[in-house]
Amino acid sequence: MADSAVRIGLVLPDVLGTYGDSGNAVVLRQRMRWRGVPADVVEVHYGDPVPDSLDVYLLGGGEDEGQELAADHLREHAGLRRAAARGAVVFAVCAGLQVLGTSFRTGDGRRHDGLGLLDVVTGPGKRRAVGEIVVDTPAGPLTGFENHLGVTTVGPGSRPLGRVRTGTGNGDGTDGAVTGHVLATYLHGPALARNPALADLLIGWVTGSPPADLPLPEVDELRRERLRAARGGARW
Amino acid sequence: MPLGSPVLDERRARTAPRLPRRARVAVALGRTAAGGSRRLGLGAGGVVGGRIAAALDPDALRHLGRHRTVVLVTGTNGKTTTASMLTRILEPLGAVAANRDGANMPDGVITALVDRPDAPLAVLEVDENYVAEVAQRLRPACLVLLNLSRDQLDRVGEVRTVERGLREAIGALPGTAVVANCDDPLATSAATASARPVWVSTGGCWTADALACGRCGRPIHHDGPAWRCRCGLARPRPDWVLAGDQAVDAGGRTVPLELRLPGRANASNAVMAVAAAALLGVDPGVAGARLTTITEVAGRYRRTVLGGHPVRLLLAKNPAGWRETLPLLDDRAPVVIAVNGREADGRDLSWLWDVPFERLRGRPVVAAGERSADLAVRLTYAGVAHLRCPDPVRGVAALDPGPVELVANYTAFRQLAPRSADG
Ligand SMILES: [Zn+2]
Repeated sequence: MADSAVRIGLVLPDVLGTYGDSGNAVVLRQRMRWRGVPADVVEVHYGDPVPDSLDVYLLGGGEDEGQELAADHLREHAGLRRAAARGAVVFAVCAGLQVLGTSFRTGDGRRHDGLGLLDVVTGPGKRRAVGEIVVDTPAGPLTGFENHLGVTTVGPGSRPLGRVRTGTGNGDGTDGAVTGHVLATYLHGPALARNPALADLLIGWVTGSPPADLPLPEVDELRRERLRAARGGARW
Repeated sequence: MPLGSPVLDERRARTAPRLPRRARVAVALGRTAAGGSRRLGLGAGGVVGGRIAAALDPDALRHLGRHRTVVLVTGTNGKTTTASMLTRILEPLGAVAANRDGANMPDGVITALVDRPDAPLAVLEVDENYVAEVAQRLRPACLVLLNLSRDQLDRVGEVRTVERGLREAIGALPGTAVVANCDDPLATSAATASARPVWVSTGGCWTADALACGRCGRPIHHDGPAWRCRCGLARPRPDWVLAGDQAVDAGGRTVPLELRLPGRANASNAVMAVAAAALLGVDPGVAGARLTTITEVAGRYRRTVLGGHPVRLLLAKNPAGWRETLPLLDDRAPVVIAVNGREADGRDLSWLWDVPFERLRGRPVVAAGERSADLAVRLTYAGVAHLRCPDPVRGVAALDPGPVELVANYTAFRQLAPRSADG
């Protein structure tokens, strides 16, 4: 790892990139570079083969068709599956979470196969979950914004990322799912900008050891403000 | 492509519309309420009056639109500017009802019509999500569809869902001519439902959001000005083209656009306005000439004094708007950015990560607004050194003497207007 740059794959931003999701790649790259770890972002576009040699794979949010296309593409080009099988880090939000599951149903009721990297199944809920969300995890509270219709059930092959304090998440009081180095959540926003502990958890998985502290007062301030807002303590 | 009937009919222009009794009462009460809210300083009055009229008579819009020639302007960016251009072009022909303060939901549209009951013309900007509701009742002569891109995902919804709704609305308006931007695949996808589309090449678009096809979700392939999708959707041949500072029609006739509003986006808005005006029977040369008189739109591009500095006020409320705004910024001037996250702005600030703020590296930047904390984090990761100051006017005052560029999103911009002195 020391001799070459960490390669962060931004997977299918042209069909899954609705919510500023490329920001997660920017955050990971910067947090590594600021600590002296060279890192680059590699975009993998729809229609192109998916390399299995990247260190991190990031999947964003999208609409039903984009999600369907992404699932088809990633099943056909098996690079992501092969990479995950050898322990590469995968981080997905929203539609990306659903694509990583065993199956999902879109708003029109049709069922689609996912990649099966997480033991989750998703179906459409009754109403859209839109708003600030706070999730308690062993690494502390996560803050984010969610906007999705999906209701996700986590099976025994994965565990939820955390418990929802405010908001909807998976729909049963939990949010997200984790199996090995594959981690997914309904928080977009992008999630890693608001939650440096989560970003550093992924970086630790990539580099093999927890990264050094990286004090960023701007991020602390935003977290304080958003956690307060989620409690209803702020006017906006 | 002239319309079937002479739209700017003199006779129609002189005939005040007769409203049924219930609508007349609704309109009268609406007017009173609008005046009251203005006097009380409760805002522009735009929405209050309309809300009361709508509550008293759910069909108020239909009555208010009768006997008028109505043009609707919709799209993610440029609605207010384009509507204001069209209003300026049409004014010599008769009174124009217009929602000048940007109140573009049904309430605001009703208020605009209530305020000018005898205007034979109406130029109304309409929020993308309300086009179906408004157009079904007003039966516009013309609908101008500027562009579609990401904006307020939490309130408005995902852009392709918006496109589908517009496509259905347009399909249900066989009598309405649709002037649409054929360089924007999503706007094109919606406008192909029209029986009478007029295609305008505005010279480029915000491709990042338009990458996914409105029809099938696959990425759009671009090749110069041409674009196409594997499903068959492709760029239609334009009836109007923006070429530099000229609008050119299919017959090769050129119309100079000597705008005093800056930037490529305003030139795009202008060619859309000229194409729509031509459809209504206005000579394009005359239309183009009228645009040279516009120097600001609802306070945007206005130069004023704030916090002791000469300040230019700019509005940018989504990634596409920022793409157009970044090249306008005077590179010697510091930039104050004010971002709010209220209902009208969208409460989800994730769009900040789709704006290439990296381009502001090396210049003095102030992060302001109610959501300045979100902006400060974005700027930090963009490598842009900045000062954080929630109050934008204080942010301006904190800078060294000299001109300042102040870019605000929707409600942040509105908060600034009463605080700025003419300069
Ligand atoms: Zn297509």
